Amino acid sequence: MTQLPQSTDKKLGLVIDLDTCVGCHACVISCKGWNTENYGAPLSDVDAYGADPHGTFLNRVHSFEVQPNAGGCSQTIHFPKSCLHCEDAPCVTVCPTGASYKRVEDGIVLVNEDDCIGCGLCAWACPYGARELDQLAGVMKKCTLCIDRIYNENLPEVDRIPSCVRTCPAGARHFGDFADPESNVSKLVAERGGIDLMPEQGTKPVNKYLPPRPKDTLEDVDASAPAMKPVADTPKGFLGWLDKALEAL
Amino acid sequence: MHPAPSVIFFTVFSGLGFGFLAWLGIGIPGPQGWDAFPYFFVAYLLAVGGLISSTFHLGNPKNALKAFTQWRTSWLSREAWMAVGTLSVMGIFAAANIFFKIQMPPLGWIGAIMALVTVYTTSMMYAQLKTVPRWNHWSTSALFILLALGGGAILAGDVFGTLVFLTLAFVVQMYVWIAGDQRFAARGHTLETATGLGTIGKVRLYEPPHTGTNYLLNEMVYVVARKHVLKLRLIALLMGYLLPLLLAGLSGRLFELQITALVSHIIGILTQRWLFFAEAEHVVGLYYDKR
Repeated sequence: MTQLPQSTDKKLGLVIDLDTCVGCHACVISCKGWNTENYGAPLSDVDAYGADPHGTFLNRVHSFEVQPNAGGCSQTIHFPKSCLHCEDAPCVTVCPTGASYKRVEDGIVLVNEDDCIGCGLCAWACPYGARELDQLAGVMKKCTLCIDRIYNENLPEVDRIPSCVRTCPAGARHFGDFADPESNVSKLVAERGGIDLMPEQGTKPVNKYLPPRPKDTLEDVDASAPAMKPVADTPKGFLGWLDKALEAL
Repeated sequence: MHPAPSVIFFTVFSGLGFGFLAWLGIGIPGPQGWDAFPYFFVAYLLAVGGLISSTFHLGNPKNALKAFTQWRTSWLSREAWMAVGTLSVMGIFAAANIFFKIQMPPLGWIGAIMALVTVYTTSMMYAQLKTVPRWNHWSTSALFILLALGGGAILAGDVFGTLVFLTLAFVVQMYVWIAGDQRFAARGHTLETATGLGTIGKVRLYEPPHTGTNYLLNEMVYVVARKHVLKLRLIALLMGYLLPLLLAGLSGRLFELQITALVSHIIGILTQRWLFFAEAEHVVGLYYDKR
């Protein structure tokens, strides 16, 4: 049903730390791997070994450069982007078939591929580019928060988190329940001032981004000054004699 | 947005067809018996042809019937219901007239109103999208409905209706273009709000996520051929609005120049609809520094 739930019991989602992400794209690859081999239609590639390769990804890493208003060097910020599992998800309500839905129990936004007609309206409704129509399967693909991992009791407990979080070598991705104020993700957001993307669209994203911490600035000091200080102001002994002799010339 | 031919044909021809059905429903021009057959045939051909064209846009059309289930929230689903409902009501109205020469004006009026509501639901599929500021406005629906009535009036051979509704559509069209050009900026969507990095400073794209293209860029970040926008707008204005208005004005009460006006109108509105998609900028383009 494409009516959004009034509220969800849990609000599962991700926190992405923009200060820590190194832009290695490991999350992109592990996401593609897991979601090609597991839930739903595989994430296809078109012309994979040809001149114009493109394919379906549920997670992509952009890299931005920010020129600080306060002056100083520009900052490079790697920016992973996937479905934000919005509380007010515009992609769900536009769906004509009921294929798109938001789960009451955990807030995850999912697509039932058996009902999807591939009209693409949900991808149009998403401001974040989180949904991609698979070009081979003709159905809409999106992040499932690895629904087939997080509840999967056949996996060791350490693996029951989304593939992207499990694989991140920098620890820039965190998974948890935002409805619980004591959860790891809620605490991180409170501590670091987690932000919403494009809040003016009114989608109320569950996923939050931790902005880069402010860079410290270098005081204007001459770092080499102590080393260049003269060893002796008034030379004595041989150097004193030499000094006087040269002066007398 | 990608100007897919299937969707351009769908919106232009189903709009014309339902507009024509609205006129036929209120008894303009009011043919009787078998004389009415070609009128309804053309109206159904346009409306149904347009609807069929829309299915070519689907990635997985075998589930198309399921599109009737979500009318509570989805404009596409509502459109499916209204289209089928209108075609059914007008089908009864037409069959009674053609085969039994029975006139049922109240049913025709109901059908006419339903036809316009169908066009409204079509327009709302676009006007509802906050992600495309150019479309996200009441004027999108107003223009769709006025064009259906104006184009329908040409088909109905009604000079007065053509003059009134095409003139109104022309006025709204000018507003749609002028106001639409400014709406993206007015809504305040920038790369800074998209990334949340505006608190630090000015943001620019340093490196896109991939070297090739993707579905999002192909579907929603259509930037080619915008350089011809002014010329295309002029063609749309002349062919879609001004020439049909002139021909209607020159014709007597019988609209002798109806076919010329219709052909010109269709070419103009196809151009207008191509621009409707090609000019529409989706906010996701911000992340790619392309709009």
